Amino acid sequence: MNDPLSAANAAGLPSELPDEPTTPPRSQWRDIWRQFRNHHGAMIALVLFVSILLFVLIGPLLWTIEPTYVDIRARNQGFSWAHPLGTDQLGRDMLARLMAGGRVSLAVGLTAMSIALTLGSLIGILSGYFRGLDAPLMRLTELFLALPLLPLLLLMVTLFREPLGKALGPAGGIFLLIVSAIGVTSWMQTARIVRGEVLGLKEREFMLAAKSIGTPIHRMVLRHVLPNVLSPIMVAATLGIATAIITESALSFLGLGFPPDFPTWGRLLYDAVDQMQQFPWRVVLPGLCISLTVLSVNYIGDGLRDAMDPRIRGR
Amino acid sequence: MLTFALRRLLLAIPTLIFISLVIFLLLEASPGDPLADVPLTVPPEVKERMREALGLGEPWHIRYALWLKQFFWVEPLHWFDQIFGTSFSQGMQRVISFQSRSPVFDVIAERVPQTLTVVGMSYLIGVLIAIPIGIISAYRQYSWFDQIGTFISMVGFSLPTFFTGVVLIIIFGIKLQWFPSIYDTTHRVTDWDSFVQQIRQMVMPVTVLALYNAAQISRFMRASMLDNLRQDYVRTARAKGLAERVVVLKHVLRNSLIPVVTVIALGLPAVFGGAIVTEQVFKVNGLGQLLILAIHGNDIPMVMTLTFIFAILIVGFTLIADLLYGILDPRIRYE
Repeated sequence: MNDPLSAANAAGLPSELPDEPTTPPRSQWRDIWRQFRNHHGAMIALVLFVSILLFVLIGPLLWTIEPTYVDIRARNQGFSWAHPLGTDQLGRDMLARLMAGGRVSLAVGLTAMSIALTLGSLIGILSGYFRGLDAPLMRLTELFLALPLLPLLLLMVTLFREPLGKALGPAGGIFLLIVSAIGVTSWMQTARIVRGEVLGLKEREFMLAAKSIGTPIHRMVLRHVLPNVLSPIMVAATLGIATAIITESALSFLGLGFPPDFPTWGRLLYDAVDQMQQFPWRVVLPGLCISLTVLSVNYIGDGLRDAMDPRIRGR
Repeated sequence: MLTFALRRLLLAIPTLIFISLVIFLLLEASPGDPLADVPLTVPPEVKERMREALGLGEPWHIRYALWLKQFFWVEPLHWFDQIFGTSFSQGMQRVISFQSRSPVFDVIAERVPQTLTVVGMSYLIGVLIAIPIGIISAYRQYSWFDQIGTFISMVGFSLPTFFTGVVLIIIFGIKLQWFPSIYDTTHRVTDWDSFVQQIRQMVMPVTVLALYNAAQISRFMRASMLDNLRQDYVRTARAKGLAERVVVLKHVLRNSLIPVVTVIALGLPAVFGGAIVTEQVFKVNGLGQLLILAIHGNDIPMVMTLTFIFAILIVGFTLIADLLYGILDPRIRYE
């Protein structure tokens, strides 16, 4: 990606003469954006995802009912002007709870994804760039891939929920626990992809050139390797958000997530399952929120992958 | 090939031992106390004796070695005795559950059939749906069938099973009353009516899991078909006048199935893990539910053994996938 000339040659396009620039130089990211805009599904998904973000972030500023405010006289209400999405068995407003729950769910998704990405990219770059580290780090990755993740996650959350909750407060402790547990168990795919890319990059001429003028190792990695593996990392990031959100809600659904008075989408769904006969909407709404978020994130990932790698477009 | 298989098998042993150590240490580091539910009126010295009776008095490395011996030596011997009527395992302590005080493997053996019928059935149906969809989608790329198929597989892939399961229960179990919403594991198939009843209660859990699996596998199938449809040998096959059906279903399909078969093998253990959630939704008392009950009850031997069995499944099926790849694709040579 640092040498558009050879890429153009490889694609069989007539290469432009470098001494007479006819068009202003195009940046790689603008190119990707232009490709991305052509992917209808991804564009719709992007709009959807941004509106979910707005709903969750701006929504509580406009809809100011406290999500934990109990109004026992207004419990189990249907849709009305006072409570557009009804109330739950304790009279708490569903709309406010969905917004608050979405904040937590998205925060868990984003934080867990960044932990997994940082770990994965670090291990991928280290093992791709330094030959001596390759074998041990890849063995480690394989070991982690062989771990039964969901059972282990369940185990970690149950075992360490109380001590961490005591140390950092019930909400903060469980947030830290869930986020780090998901992050630590989902970096392996990223590490493998990044390692593969780095191994390919190492053979390219510009790396040799950079090395031959005496670039120190940390600058080689930060300036030449990292920007070139950014696109697979970004694709992995979108998929990472999706899996993290699903994992968190699955944990909540199994009753092993956040404490009851601390709404997340998974928790709201779990709480509503007992009464789904009388109030099916209360189950469907948080479920829809989870599904729409994950669906839009997956579509964005699909569009990004197509935009960044023209060879696999349309797969 | 044989040396490769042997080498991989040997490599799997340290992997598994390491994983078991990780699980054991994780359980060891946990503050949960299996005697937490014992009433406070029980005197401390009695409590200490109970603790020793559970085998908790020893330091951790001795208990770990004991567990390894029980899992890899006593249990196989016991099953050998069961089958051949011998008595090698006489007087040897098996892995005992803290909760039920019965051997862990007996409890697991009771639960396996439920999990296997639901999970196995759904995986089979998922694969059977996914492969034709993948073939047609790739062959008619960008047609309306492909567009809809891709969209549905994206949706199926994105919807968490606990949501699809609950929605199915609301629609078909509560509103329409077509299927029972709870899986009755005490149900025995004796005649035609009870068979129909068994099918009816399996429909929803199997649909949920099958949809999820089919979504993933059909995407792989489509990508793999697309890769092969552009190859030169396809043009050659058409050029020498083979019927289109033969070209697609014989030449392309066979080659495209190679990576898909390995994906199917790799996905199987993950399905067991994912079934934990589905079992919880439909109240199937299979392995997943057993694990959750054991976690809640601080039943360390049960949790340890179950998690380790999941790990064995993963390592085993990864090995099978690698070997299958070598057997099916003559271009891959393991030396």
